[in-house]
Amino acid sequence: MVAADLDGPYEPGVRRADLGLQVHWCVLPFRVLLVLTSHRGIQMYESNGYTMVYWHALDSGDASPVQAVFARGIAASGHFICVGTWSGRVLVFDIPAKGPNIVLSEELAGHQMPITDIATEPAQGQDCVADMVTADDSGLLCVWRSGPEFTLLTRIPGFGVPCPSVQLWQGIIAAGYGNGQVHLYEATTGNLHVQINAHARAICALDLASEVGKLLSAGEDTFVHIWKLSRSPESGYIEAAPLL
Amino acid sequence: MSVRTLPLLFLNLGGEMLYILDQRLRAQNIPGDKARKVLNDIISTMFNRKFMEELFKPQELYSKKALRTVYERLAHASIMKLNQASMDKLYDLMTMAFKYQVLLCPRPKDVLLVTFNHLDTIKGFIRDSPTILQQVDEAFQQLTEIYGGLSAGEFQLIRQTLLIFFQDLHIRVSMFLKDKVQNNNGRFVLPVSGPVPWGTEVPGLIRMFNNKGEEVKRIEFKHGGNYVPAPKEGSFELYGDRVLKLGTNMYSVNRPVETHMSGSSKNLASRTQESIAPNPLAKEELNFLARLMGRMEIKKPSGPEPGFRLNLFTTDEEEEQAALTRPEELSYEVINIQATQDQQRSEELARIMGEFEIMEQPSLSTSKGDDLLAMMDEL
Repeated sequence: MVAADLDGPYEPGVRRADLGLQVHWCVLPFRVLLVLTSHRGIQMYESNGYTMVYWHALDSGDASPVQAVFARGIAASGHFICVGTWSGRVLVFDIPAKGPNIVLSEELAGHQMPITDIATEPAQGQDCVADMVTADDSGLLCVWRSGPEFTLLTRIPGFGVPCPSVQLWQGIIAAGYGNGQVHLYEATTGNLHVQINAHARAICALDLASEVGKLLSAGEDTFVHIWKLSRSPESGYIEAAPLL
Repeated sequence: MSVRTLPLLFLNLGGEMLYILDQRLRAQNIPGDKARKVLNDIISTMFNRKFMEELFKPQELYSKKALRTVYERLAHASIMKLNQASMDKLYDLMTMAFKYQVLLCPRPKDVLLVTFNHLDTIKGFIRDSPTILQQVDEAFQQLTEIYGGLSAGEFQLIRQTLLIFFQDLHIRVSMFLKDKVQNNNGRFVLPVSGPVPWGTEVPGLIRMFNNKGEEVKRIEFKHGGNYVPAPKEGSFELYGDRVLKLGTNMYSVNRPVETHMSGSSKNLASRTQESIAPNPLAKEELNFLARLMGRMEIKKPSGPEPGFRLNLFTTDEEEEQAALTRPEELSYEVINIQATQDQQRSEELARIMGEFEIMEQPSLSTSKGDDLLAMMDEL
């Protein structure tokens, strides 16, 4: 694991492993930023990996002494970078084409439990299309449309199990749950169309190959599966088939 | 990191320690009344109300080394003494056993069932002592109060915090190797058969629905494992069938248990590397130890009860051999810290020092200063 030490912003070193630490390359229209989250805050670096351009300290003001404070879940949406937090709030940062003038432009409310993951995809051209999904520890999914102000379009309730990983592809939300299931939802309606009993333990991660519509799921049961996502030619409903 | 992990870590490791001590006491033919006294003394110290209060406060986990000091003190809460080599082996066995149990928990919440399994067996050791039984039941209630209402997400965080604590620990335990739950490289085998966790479906089915939620298509597929549905959920009540076997006493059949240091000296070197690097949290760790051990009420010996030495190895020669090959850096001679001595802490440490008494030596003189460090040398 890599942790960048606060005291030496220009010399990220390998330090003690930090839970809740995530690293994500955020590809924006005019630049690429490296974003790190930890229990102290959010750091953003230029694509060279050592010039820090922004530091956001987490506000633990509302936290009770028993609550773990951290940031988790990173995604780029247009010229915004969204990062989830322990409180359920999603921080939206407005990123300029270059330079360190990064601004926290919005804090999205929609979740009450810690955010687990955020997924985005480029808007499909039309106006009211969902292009971001956020997931939390209760399994709740929130579906958003990005913009100068983000709009909450739909909420998909959980069922008592965390959703550690979520993906968004062509209006299809793929969610992996702590009970080993993968669910596929229609982003516009929030309807469940596919339920896969995929793993015998919690799902750790999902990944999606967007050009071919293949979804990969990895679970604590030691298995990795690959699924082919598609839409039925007759009904247009989402379908999935096992490949591996 | 979850700040609610220490009670689970401490109670489960403590439970494993008791299982191992019980087995060694029997293997070494220690007279029944002495053996019972040792277990009773250790259990009553572990579950002492003031100590439990300190334990259950929300706090971070500290290093394996810091925690080991607490268990060393606990193991010496009675007339029994352990040499450093035996204490090493005891701690190795305890940590590897609990690491195994955490890894194999079907659901993150099942770590609570593992804890209850340990408590159930501990109650069996002291079933003739109603006062200590009462203490254990109180600990049970505290566990239920604090953990009973936690969400699955919070248990997942606890699980991750525990697994980070055990990261890079790959000591081979002969019992695990024999049972094929551990490989020769010290890694545990994760089974891909057996019952799925409670609340999980057996993998192998895809269901597809229309807009009204009606199922319109199904596909079955082979998923590679050999799973069956979970029979029932384990009980979280004071008494009940836990269903899960993890955390029950695997030493109850008389089996000699050895540990091997995993593989090459490379692993040994990396282990000592971790210990000798200056620890930036050393000051916090000392505070943590001072707090916990300060609350440990060690009973003063009532009569001229002669102490005895317990050996975790099968012969004295083996124990001596293990002591010789013990890396120098693992002993508590040197701890690199840059801590400024403050008046309050010195007084606190002096008070703790005053309470400790070792059988074969007179009361330790209460010299102010690096008392905690000196005391750790004395043990």
